[in-house]
Amino acid sequence: MSDTKNFMFLNRRAPYGTIYAWESLEVVLIAAAFEQNVSLMFVDDGVYELTKGQDTAGIGMKNFSPTYRTLGDYEVRHMYVDKASLEARGLTADDLVEVEWEDWETEESVDNIVEVVDSDRVAELLEESDVVFSF
Amino acid sequence: MKFSIQVNEGPYQHQASDSAYQFTKAALEKGHECFRVFFYHDGVLNGTRLTTPPQDDRNIVNNWTELAEKYDLDLVVCVAAAQRRGIVDDGEAERNGKDATNIAPRFRISGLGQLVEAAIQSDRLVVFGD
Repeated sequence: MSDTKNFMFLNRRAPYGTIYAWESLEVVLIAAAFEQNVSLMFVDDGVYELTKGQDTAGIGMKNFSPTYRTLGDYEVRHMYVDKASLEARGLTADDLVEVEWEDWETEESVDNIVEVVDSDRVAELLEESDVVFSF
Repeated sequence: MKFSIQVNEGPYQHQASDSAYQFTKAALEKGHECFRVFFYHDGVLNGTRLTTPPQDDRNIVNNWTELAEKYDLDLVVCVAAAQRRGIVDDGEAERNGKDATNIAPRFRISGLGQLVEAAIQSDRLVVFGD
């Protein structure tokens, strides 16, 4: 068996209210260190995890949203957002943070790895994954 | 087939740990292999030996310990999640200056790398929780 797998992190929940989103991010950071092919998918309330301008001062919780913007530096290559989930919440791609990716060896770079995809593509991407971590 | 199991919810409040236990037990009885059971989020609360359910109820923590003894299962509690929720072994008590421990027999506390390794090494990672 190959030691490199396609890991998909399926993020389904709002960033605050429960700890799932934050502890999911902790697994993403560790998985990247194991040199796996790591992708993230945001569906349902999970799309809120990527919204710009989060301010948690009023709820006394740590605002961990800046961490998503650094994921490109952790070799995360793809961050997919379910279009239907965005639309159901009155959001568009403009409401989401942008995440830059750069391969420091080849200097290949992508300005924004956050990609809005339709439901068929969501299903395809999950099918192509070796492991789906669902949070 | 080689399985690993992830338990994301605490005992009693949620059926996840019961279902994970039943699944793991059935898989082992059928001759499958279980590489590791990893307890994450509130799932770490399955690893305290201080749990004392009423006598006519199942003891979920003991169930896991007994299954681990029978099949030499590797029961791993996530250290970061455990620190937040007060699951402590000797090493953690010493490191964090705590005056007690509560880790149940056959459970051990370790890092998230153990979950990632389990996902890499197993044919299937089966996740129990909401």
